[in-house]
Amino acid sequence: MRAFARLLDRLSLTHGRNAKLTLARDFLRETPDPDRGWALAALTGALVFQEAKPAAIRKAVEARMDPVLFAWSYDFVGDLAETVALAWPARPGANREPELSEVVDALRSASRREVQPLIEGWLDALDADGRWALLKLLTGGLRVGLSARLAKQAAADLGDVEVAEIEELWHALRPPYEDLFAWLEGRSERPSAEAPARFRPAMLAQAIDEASDFAKLDPADYAAEWKWDGIRVQAVSERGVRRLWSRTGEDISAAFPDVAQSLTFEGVIDGELLVIRDGRVAPFGDLQQRLNRKSADAKLMAAFPAGVRAYDLLMDGETDLRALPFRERRARLEAFVASAASPRIDLSPLQPFADWQALAALRADPPPGDARCAEGLMLKRWDSIYEPGRPRGPWFKWKRDPHLVDAVLMYAQRGHGKRSSFYSDYTFGVWREEEDGRRALTPVGKAYFGFTDEELKELDKFVRDNTVERFGPVRSVRADQDFGLVLEVAFEGLQRSTRHRSGLAMRFPRISRIRWDKPAREADELATLERMLEQLGA
Amino acid sequence: MRKAMIRPQDLLCQKPDGLYCPPGDFYVDPVRPVDRAVITHGHGDHARAGHRTVAATPETLAIMAARYGEAYAQTTRSLAYGETLDRDGVEVTLVPAGHILGSAQAVVRWKGLTIVVSGDYKRRRDPTCAPFEPFPCDVFVTEATFGLPVFRHPDDAGEIAKLLRSTEQFGGRCHLVGAYALGKAQRLIRLLREAGWRRPIYVHGAFERLNAVYASFGVDLGPLAPATGEGKQDLAGEIVLAPPSALADRWTRRFADPVAAFASGWMRVRARARQRGVELPLVISDHADWDELCATLAELAPGEVWVTHGREEALVRWARTHGLEAKALALAGYEDEED
Repeated sequence: MRAFARLLDRLSLTHGRNAKLTLARDFLRETPDPDRGWALAALTGALVFQEAKPAAIRKAVEARMDPVLFAWSYDFVGDLAETVALAWPARPGANREPELSEVVDALRSASRREVQPLIEGWLDALDADGRWALLKLLTGGLRVGLSARLAKQAAADLGDVEVAEIEELWHALRPPYEDLFAWLEGRSERPSAEAPARFRPAMLAQAIDEASDFAKLDPADYAAEWKWDGIRVQAVSERGVRRLWSRTGEDISAAFPDVAQSLTFEGVIDGELLVIRDGRVAPFGDLQQRLNRKSADAKLMAAFPAGVRAYDLLMDGETDLRALPFRERRARLEAFVASAASPRIDLSPLQPFADWQALAALRADPPPGDARCAEGLMLKRWDSIYEPGRPRGPWFKWKRDPHLVDAVLMYAQRGHGKRSSFYSDYTFGVWREEEDGRRALTPVGKAYFGFTDEELKELDKFVRDNTVERFGPVRSVRADQDFGLVLEVAFEGLQRSTRHRSGLAMRFPRISRIRWDKPAREADELATLERMLEQLGA
Repeated sequence: MRKAMIRPQDLLCQKPDGLYCPPGDFYVDPVRPVDRAVITHGHGDHARAGHRTVAATPETLAIMAARYGEAYAQTTRSLAYGETLDRDGVEVTLVPAGHILGSAQAVVRWKGLTIVVSGDYKRRRDPTCAPFEPFPCDVFVTEATFGLPVFRHPDDAGEIAKLLRSTEQFGGRCHLVGAYALGKAQRLIRLLREAGWRRPIYVHGAFERLNAVYASFGVDLGPLAPATGEGKQDLAGEIVLAPPSALADRWTRRFADPVAAFASGWMRVRARARQRGVELPLVISDHADWDELCATLAELAPGEVWVTHGREEALVRWARTHGLEAKALALAGYEDEED
């Protein structure tokens, strides 16, 4: 438990993918079975306990110490699990620290009555970091900033294999994954992946470089279709098991029972999960209402009906199509979707085109209807096999040009890791007319990339030289009609938001240019964004 | 009988400039320049420049001279641990407080009444200073910097091990450790030496004079090198000590992808580490933690407890619920944020 607690402690404060990966990989290398396997299960969300109720924990701590002192402590720390972990008055004579596997085993066999005394005994035996880790584990959700995919990447690094291999195996594996580690460490054969309705690692597209790629590519080699603005899913139905997987192999079936139930076929479809209302694609914001949930009730499903727009077929019955060229897979997909005849599955239509100019015109001005909601176009070589990962050449994504707005820098926040000495996270605003007729800036978004290291230094200097107020790691900078820094912000989409004062939220905003030359008073108005929002049909 | 007639506040009372002793006409750790001052230790909020006379341990006097220059007071009175000074019938003795080099508790005695002003103190081992000596008293004046039950400092060797482990895991990165310039920095260096770190330790220029004071009192800091030498060095794989304020400074940009560490009791609370952008918190403090504060009160069992600065209300509550008379003095001017 100690090693696991240390890992969580460090992960929770570590920024940067590589640093997190190092921490997780070293942990997996140095921790013996079965503890590392249980830890991997906890980190990937495969091990979820909801045994400890925060109220019961609080009661237990208050029975041991002055509740007033505990309340003051809680006020100071601000997080219940952390306060309990720090203030827990351990009874002397506690047993040795439990290993993670002992905790897991004990909880699995404990009756409901036995749980609370078990937890209290462990809290007595652990140190503050250990208590914190235990409480995070038991109250569900570690939330230490390590994605399931990164945890799997750490395991892959251990055996020097591709993460796609682990993803393909993953759903045939059970914690504590001793067979997986034995394989990764070269002690045994690769475990079998033959579980029904398992995940197949996805093939991803490269972003096209308009300047150099088109000259080299023959339009006759490629099929084109819209790049739908939903999330990539794999819809699987095999031997009576139906599942919906995310692009990284997370099982999201529980959040989309409407879709999962409609998979009345035998095979594996690759497609886009979208909210489709009366046959029309709804904006991404609608889909977002249904993401990251553990379940969905009837009301939610009725308000935001989801479906899959199919664009590839990996398994047709028991036949693996992945080694076939796209042209053949596509033909089988069309027949497959037609015979499935499911109201929640439709086909992503191909867009015929003569040459790249014609395709560029289509991308610049999509026809009315669903295409207006697309993020751009996908290009797939007719002869491409289905290859996991992101191979260069067979598939390209060609996104629409981003929307642009000129906004004024209002606040800057210090970054993390390499950027901790830089003000690198920028909140920007546009002009709005206040009730008294004055023009004032209203924040519309935040961006922390899109600039070069050299530009970052200049931005940082601007922030330091023009600070008006400081709040912890945040500075407000001078921004008024007569003075301010204009940032050209690029973004992919707009949606209504009640969480922002301006009433809208940008998707994927980044700094595209720093307009040192542009007077602040000439930055855009909120009305400009409002008009964009209407044009986007939201 | 005589004792019952003297009230503690006749011997020490609160004034705007700090704790004042009317019969001896001196202040303990005054926050503004006064005629006569007794100084418990060299931290800036306790030891200020500009008093006419200063009585303190030789170490504290040396620290004040290093920080403020030789002219920091008109006259000084060096008072070794255990030595007694008579101020108009009031006896002042300094005994070790275990906080930093030269730190002392001021034992003030007059007509059979004893008040101990402990200044800042801790109860655990510190290789750079003499350990705290409990002194029986009628009134114990205590700090409460970490006066909440969430503050329980772990073993410092474990924290140092965390740092060393990180230098192994992230050998290509520079470990930049924020530490208070007086006391914490030197203790960290000693702890690193005890843990077997023999490489040069790179230090920010702000530490140099104080490191020299420690060395002159026999604290062996091992090889040190300036972090800001000629030419740009990225110090990958090395440990660099800097004042906390320099952690997020432009100064850090020269280093190789630095891991920001911070040695402080405040690092016990995750949100504090997060707010400062600290990646590797090291819970190492020169102040007594909650358990030490409570244990000290229980051990001394003074007639009264006065709590000066920090989270006074919690410690006062604890003392009262454990049968001790206690009150908060709420002295202005003492900082606790940097430890």
